[in-house]
Amino acid sequence: MSKLYTFLKYFFITFWTVFVVAPFLWAVSTSFKDFQSVNSKVTYIPWLDFEPTLEGWRVLIKSPAKGGVDIVEPYFNSIFVTCTASLISIVLGTLAAYALSRFTFKAGFVRNNDITFFFISQRIMPPIVLSIPFFIFLSTIGLLDSLLGLVVVYIVLLMPIAVWIMVDFFNRVPKELDETALIDGCNPYQAFYKVVLPNSIPGLIVAGMFCIIFGWIDFFFAFILTFTEVQLLPVKVVALNSSITPWWSLSASALVSVAPLIIVAFIVERYLSKGNLSGALK
Amino acid sequence: MNLVGEKISYKPDEQFHLNDVSFNFKKGNLYTILGRTLSGKTTLLKTIAGLLNPDQGSISFEEKDFIKIPVWERNVAMVYQQFINYPHLNVYENITFPLEQRKLSPEQIKKDVNEALKTVGLVGFENRKIQELSGGQQQRVALARSLAKKAKILLLDEPLVNLDYKLREQLREEFKRIFSEGLSQDTILIYSTTDPQEVMELNGEVIVLDEGKVLQKGPAKEIFENPSNLKVAEISNDPPMNVLKGSKNSKNLNFENISLEIPNHFKNLEDKDYNFGIRASEIKLDKDGEEFEIELAEISGSETLLHLKRGNSKIIALIEEVMNFKIHEKVKINFNANKFYAFSEDEKLVSSPYGGTNG
Repeated sequence: MSKLYTFLKYFFITFWTVFVVAPFLWAVSTSFKDFQSVNSKVTYIPWLDFEPTLEGWRVLIKSPAKGGVDIVEPYFNSIFVTCTASLISIVLGTLAAYALSRFTFKAGFVRNNDITFFFISQRIMPPIVLSIPFFIFLSTIGLLDSLLGLVVVYIVLLMPIAVWIMVDFFNRVPKELDETALIDGCNPYQAFYKVVLPNSIPGLIVAGMFCIIFGWIDFFFAFILTFTEVQLLPVKVVALNSSITPWWSLSASALVSVAPLIIVAFIVERYLSKGNLSGALK
Repeated sequence: MNLVGEKISYKPDEQFHLNDVSFNFKKGNLYTILGRTLSGKTTLLKTIAGLLNPDQGSISFEEKDFIKIPVWERNVAMVYQQFINYPHLNVYENITFPLEQRKLSPEQIKKDVNEALKTVGLVGFENRKIQELSGGQQQRVALARSLAKKAKILLLDEPLVNLDYKLREQLREEFKRIFSEGLSQDTILIYSTTDPQEVMELNGEVIVLDEGKVLQKGPAKEIFENPSNLKVAEISNDPPMNVLKGSKNSKNLNFENISLEIPNHFKNLEDKDYNFGIRASEIKLDKDGEEFEIELAEISGSETLLHLKRGNSKIIALIEEVMNFKIHEKVKINFNANKFYAFSEDEKLVSSPYGGTNG
C-alpha cells in the first residue's frame, strides 16, 4: 500500500513537473533556432540537431525600421503601468480595508460587508461588460491610448483585489492590538503605521503579488484601450503572431515577459515563509 | 483627586452593557471587579481607558472631565485577557514602546524598562521575540509594559484567565507581590475577574457586576460574608452558593422534607418562606444525614464536587478528599446549620451567619 502510494506520488509529481516545465524548455530551445531549424524537421538538441543562433533574441531590441520588433518600449510601459497601478491600489486598498475592518459604517441599508462586496463585485463582472464604459470614459477625458489612462483603468481592476485580501487580513489581526497602541499613547494614525502596518507585511506582500500578476498579464484592456501611441507587452507579444510567425522571437519574447513574474514568485515565496504571523497573535 | 464615575450607561444594542454604574476609586488602592462573563467588566475597563464612550454619565480624574480626553492622552495602562503584545517587536522594544511614544529620555527609558523587567522576572529575555515566549511569559511582558509606563490608572482585564491552572496560581502569587511592591501610592489599580478566589486573595475593594449593573460594593471580606442578595452569593462563590427553597416555623427550618434545628443567628427571624443559602463546603458526608441522589461527581485537584438532587432541589457539595462515586448512587449528607444564609423571597439577604442583614 505505502509502496504504491509512494510510486503514485512520485509518478504524478514527475508527470506534473514535465507538463509544466516542458513548454518552457521548448520555448527556450525554440528561441535559439532559425527559420531552417524550425520549419524543416523536428529538432531538439542544440549543436547536435541544430546550430543555435541569437537572432530570435536580437530582433527584440532592434527597431522596426531595421527589421526588428522592439519590445523594449512596451516592456517598460508594462512595468510602469503595472507597478504604478499596483502601488496606488495597495496604498488606497489597504487604507480602505483597514477602515472597513475597524470602523462601522452605516448609510441607509448599507453596512461594511456591503461596501466590501461592492469592491469585489468589480471583479465578478466579465471584463467585456466593462470595456465599453471604460472606452467611453477614457475617450471623454482624453486619456485613450495613454499610459495614464491605463493606470486609471488598472487601479479600478486591481484595487478590489487589494481590498479583499487586506480586509480579510485585518479581520484576523485582533482589535486589541490597535487598542493597546492607542492606550500606549499612539493616535489612530500612529497606531496604524507604527503597529498595524508592520504586522501586516505578509498580507501586503500577498496583495501586492496578486496585483502585479493580474496587472502584468492583462491583455484585454491593454488591447482595447490602446492603438498606436502606447503598447503594452502582452499586446506586442500577441501581435508577433502574424501571417509568417517568427517562432524564435515569439518564444524569446514570451520568456522575457514571464521572467518578472518568476522573479516575483521566488522573492515572495521566501518572504512569506519567513514572515509568518501565526503564533504571534493569539 | 480620585477617579470618579457617575451614572455611566452604555447601550450599543438592545441590551445594556453598563447600566447606571457609579464608582469612586481612590489612589493607592486595589479594586477588583467581580462578575461573570459578559457582565460588563471589560466594557467598564474600556470605558475608563477611553476606548469606549458611554452614552450617559461622566468620568472625572484629578478634577478633569476624562471623557473629553482621548485615549492616547489619558496615561492609563491596560492588560488584556488575550496576551496582547506587539509581534513585530522584541521583548525589550515592546516595553519601551509606550515610553518612546511619550518621548522620555533614553536614560530614563532604560532605567524604567530594566526595573519593570526585574519586577516581572524577565531579565535576560530582552532580545527574545514575542512568538518564542510561553503564554505566561507573554502576559508578563504585557504587565511589564504597563508597569514601566507608571500610569496613574492600571487596568487588568482577567489577566490570568487564559493561563493553565498551575501558571495561574504562580502568577497570582506574584501579582500580590508586584501590587504591594511595584506600584506607587499614586496608582489606582483595577482588576477584573470571574474568579471569586482571586478576589479574596487580592483582598481589595470589590465591585460585583452583573448584566451591567453594580450589585454590591465593599471589601472582599464583606462581600464574602454578607452578600447583599442571592445573585451576589452565586457570583462570589465557586462553586456557586446552593439555594434551597424552604420555610422557617417556630421549631425548625424546613426544606425538601428535611427539618433542621434553628441556628442561633436565625432565632429572631420571622416565621415564613425563605431562600436558604449554604456554601458547598459547609455540606459534609454523614452516615446519619439526609439522603440525596448523586447526579454527577467530579474530581478537581484534591477535592470532589458532588452534584446532588433531592425533590426539586439541586445542590453541590464540596468534599475535601478524592472519592469515587457512582452516578445515581444515594449518599447521606449533613448541613452545617450554623452557616445558613436566609434570603427573602425577592432574593435579598435577611440573615447571615456573620451578622449582616440588608435592611
